[in-house]
Amino acid sequence: MPALTESIALGRTRAASARKAPSRSLDTLFRTCSYGAALLVLLVLAGILGSILYGGWPAFREFGFGFLTSSAWNVGTEQYGALVAVLGTVASAFLALLIGVPVSLGIAVYLTQLCPGWARKPVAMTIELLAAVPSIIYGMWGLFVFAPLFARFVQIPVSNLVEGMPIVGTLFYARVPSGVGVFTAGIILAIMIVPFIASIARDMLDQIPTVLRESAYGIGCTTWEVVRHVLVPQAAVSIIGAIMLGLGRALGETMAVTFVVGNANRLSASIFDPSSTIASRIANEFNEADGLQLNALMALGCILFVITFVVLIIARLLTRRVQSA
Amino acid sequence: MDASNTIAAPAQRRSGRVRQGRRIADRTLRIACSGATLVGALVLGSILVMLIVQGVRGFTPTLFTNPTPGPGSEGGGIANAILGSLILTGIGILIATPIGVMAGTYLAEYGRGSKLAALIRFLNDILLSAPSILIGLFVYTLMVRPMGTYSGWAGGVALAIIAVPVIVRTTEDMLRLVPGTLREAGAALGAPTSTVIMSVSWRAASAGIVTGIILALARIAGETAPLLFTALNNNSWFSANLLGGVANLPVMIYQFALSPYPNWQGLAWAGALLITATILALSIIARLVIKPHASR
Repeated sequence: MPALTESIALGRTRAASARKAPSRSLDTLFRTCSYGAALLVLLVLAGILGSILYGGWPAFREFGFGFLTSSAWNVGTEQYGALVAVLGTVASAFLALLIGVPVSLGIAVYLTQLCPGWARKPVAMTIELLAAVPSIIYGMWGLFVFAPLFARFVQIPVSNLVEGMPIVGTLFYARVPSGVGVFTAGIILAIMIVPFIASIARDMLDQIPTVLRESAYGIGCTTWEVVRHVLVPQAAVSIIGAIMLGLGRALGETMAVTFVVGNANRLSASIFDPSSTIASRIANEFNEADGLQLNALMALGCILFVITFVVLIIARLLTRRVQSA
Repeated sequence: MDASNTIAAPAQRRSGRVRQGRRIADRTLRIACSGATLVGALVLGSILVMLIVQGVRGFTPTLFTNPTPGPGSEGGGIANAILGSLILTGIGILIATPIGVMAGTYLAEYGRGSKLAALIRFLNDILLSAPSILIGLFVYTLMVRPMGTYSGWAGGVALAIIAVPVIVRTTEDMLRLVPGTLREAGAALGAPTSTVIMSVSWRAASAGIVTGIILALARIAGETAPLLFTALNNNSWFSANLLGGVANLPVMIYQFALSPYPNWQGLAWAGALLITATILALSIIARLVIKPHASR
């Protein structure tokens, strides 16, 4: 059946292909190779899931559902729970979206609506280069440049301000104002996802027909009104897809977070306190881990797999639907 | 802002206030959007300045000729890490290029309408954004555990898995831009499908495919997380043994930057500057290669 569609697509008759017998076997070989390479992609994804499930299974069997709800992480007593790492992952990714989304949309609007023509390319390139910087460099920047400034000018004043207050006091009080913690991780992640969301959102805004924009300006709309009433409704679904894509990246980001999250195992209600994420804990402990600890880390990987892949699938469905529409 | 008050005639005061509200909203948007872009540019600038200030000091000839020193000792360079990184990314890209190009060719040329191709395309997109640490865990289970040692081969395979989806995606996109009439012309000459693909489609899309490979190279050159569990590190001078741990820049930077030794930290900064400059250069080259292609 595929062979038929292929020969139709190429406008080739069966007689013509039958005439060239020797090159036909080459043809089949080429086709098989490309088919096999494509299937490999499928196999790799299945292999990732399979290997992590296999590695994590002993931990799931040992702790059962309690693995998800326990905040223990004690190598000496072999008690492991995922709660601290899962909460750290979710909290830092959520903060990243909270900070990163408005900034990326602002950049997308600036690039498509406000930026003068001559500056458009260099500015777009600057933002896209942010995506090319390796995550370990973000980690170093976060730890050595950003964290000290953040501790001095934000954490210490805010901690002094909110100390003893209910709710706000617990949420924003830093026991050790060293600049590292969940909030810092969120900011670094925000910087890392901005170029992705901004470039997809810019592409989406660019695809909106100019006529729509011009007619809105023609009846006297301001830029704000054009953005609010014409562009945003048009591109909303795909922008949400782009945001989910950014969320997927924020959840799985490892090196940058490992530098700035503080890598603490303790459960804390304050977003200024050090914590850990799934990825940072795996990166930190994997090489020294053995036995059940290794299984517990693999089980953490399983949870990360499930969370990110659900998010990424939703993201791809949203962005793809727009592309085909 | 004051100007709008004085210009508005008394009779139009109400509409004037409305207009002012609109103007404020508009101006706020403009300032906020420009501000966001400025913040992005400032962060990039700050990272570059930091790398240059901290890293340039370490750029001595010994950086490129000597291997990494032991803990607490002076001198040394990062030659083994540079060589190891070159070898690992080389293995990665050599494995990934044929697989990625062939898979992309299947998706664009053979499997256009098929459900399997649609599924693979979708999974490839998922793999493209999959956390690289999971790929590290996969290769650890696949290769490191059975072989009993961290190895350069495992590191190369992990990097290849990260590079493949990038190459598949760009290859498919670029082949789709090749007009069908070109293929028909080739087929009308009696050429078999594989010949048409190789000498018509690939040739027409070559610039784009090369861009994809460069982008994949830029992507894997700075990857750290998967190498932590696969190639790890090796402080001694490179032994050309890919069956053992192989020193590489990202892991070296990670370990040295967080170490308590000033000498190691200096080497980490120099390595960070080197790798970031390389990757930014690769990304810029990729963008320049793709530009004439896209405008055609």
